[in-house]
Amino acid sequence: MMEFLRMGGYGAYVWSAYGITLMVLIINIWWTYRFYKKSREALGGILGNFSKHQPTVRKIS
Amino acid sequence: MTPRRRQRMVLIAMIFSGVAVSAGLALKAFQGNLLFFFSPTQVEAGEAPDSRNFRLGGMVVPGSITRETGSMTVNFVVTDYAHSIPVQYTGVLPDLFGEGQGVVVRGQLSEASNFFAEEVLAKHDENYMPPEVAEALAQSEKAREP
Amino acid sequence: MYLRWFHKLSSPPYFYRLASILSPWLSGLSIALIAAGTYGGLVLAPPDYLQGDGFRMIYVHVPSAYLGMMAYVVMAMAAAVGFIWRIKLAHAVAVSAAPLGASFTLLGLVTGAIWGKPMWGTFWQWSDARLVFFLMLFFLYMGYLALRGVTEDRDKADRLSAVLAVVGVINIPIIHYSVEWWTTLHQGPTITRLDGPSITMDMLVPLLVMIAGFSFFFVWLLFVRLRGEILVREQKSRWAQELMQRSRV
Repeated sequence: MMEFLRMGGYGAYVWSAYGITLMVLIINIWWTYRFYKKSREALGGILGNFSKHQPTVRKIS
Repeated sequence: MTPRRRQRMVLIAMIFSGVAVSAGLALKAFQGNLLFFFSPTQVEAGEAPDSRNFRLGGMVVPGSITRETGSMTVNFVVTDYAHSIPVQYTGVLPDLFGEGQGVVVRGQLSEASNFFAEEVLAKHDENYMPPEVAEALAQSEKAREP
Repeated sequence: MYLRWFHKLSSPPYFYRLASILSPWLSGLSIALIAAGTYGGLVLAPPDYLQGDGFRMIYVHVPSAYLGMMAYVVMAMAAAVGFIWRIKLAHAVAVSAAPLGASFTLLGLVTGAIWGKPMWGTFWQWSDARLVFFLMLFFLYMGYLALRGVTEDRDKADRLSAVLAVVGVINIPIIHYSVEWWTTLHQGPTITRLDGPSITMDMLVPLLVMIAGFSFFFVWLLFVRLRGEILVREQKSRWAQELMQRSRV
């Protein structure tokens, strides 16, 4: 196990390269889903205001 | 295709080819600056700048590495199999530095055509293989030689 | 027939639904491939004769650098289609590819520097053509995103940034051939050689698995981001509003 972690003396380089890669993958997933959620919420917000106004419209007519 | 679409297509094609041609010309003009190193043959032919620092690249001649005892100074010969230039360097060497390996050194050429390096970088090729395969290749290479 | 399929595909509601069906499959496939590639690269592949275990950095450096370039080609092609045919969805594809491509280009630069230090003896060389043109790829992404950032009107941003994306694609062949046209510290291509890859099979397979995994990862997140982008762009359309109304009930 220690031998595996040492990576023939290149451990610091190999593990930091893999670590940063994993980080970038996770950040991309997080970013992308956050963007999607925000877009949905923004659209929901517009619709929310729209439906709130509807009863007033009906009353007038 | 409607005329407007054709127009837009021609427009973007023209912008693209304009930039492509000027990029090509610019790269051609700066050709010399885009070379990372010069080969010993180019240096012998006087193509490398002699006043300022430049990089010399090639193979380290097997058996040419000598270390001066008690110091970090190392001497070796760089070759492109046509011409060779002796190099002197004092400092830390990269892991891949070794006999028969690619090397790029930055420094200056002396009057006597010795290269004094300030920096030594190792250059490896695009081949990757396990040690056993490399060993077998070396064996068959040896067998082919008389 | 292809044209009809293309026409259908370019309709936002159709694509929105298609992307939502495909996303879970793409995510599963990409995560499985990346996990398998990582295991293959770190455990199964033998050490290199020259670089020892240090060569294992190839399994993260090459896929990320490749993806940085692939994403740019996707972005530029989508931008060109959007520019010429005024297809809204094509512009949305280009916009969605940019942040993903930029992050993987940066990852390619960083993992390359980490690999270069122990092997070459340097993190970075400003005179190396391969390194500098690859850095330019990152700046092209940044320029594209910045241009969109400062252009208020979305249609105008689409058209302007499309021109930048298409023009910048010239950098892709320059990056690829830089190692052949000029002398560089970076070695030549290993996989895409005329006489076949110069890497043994047991080292190559995990690399190809990793490249496939990264490609599916890109398509997965491209689709998810695209769904968000479509919703933003189609706010006023009836199908998007109906979709939201239905999902809230």
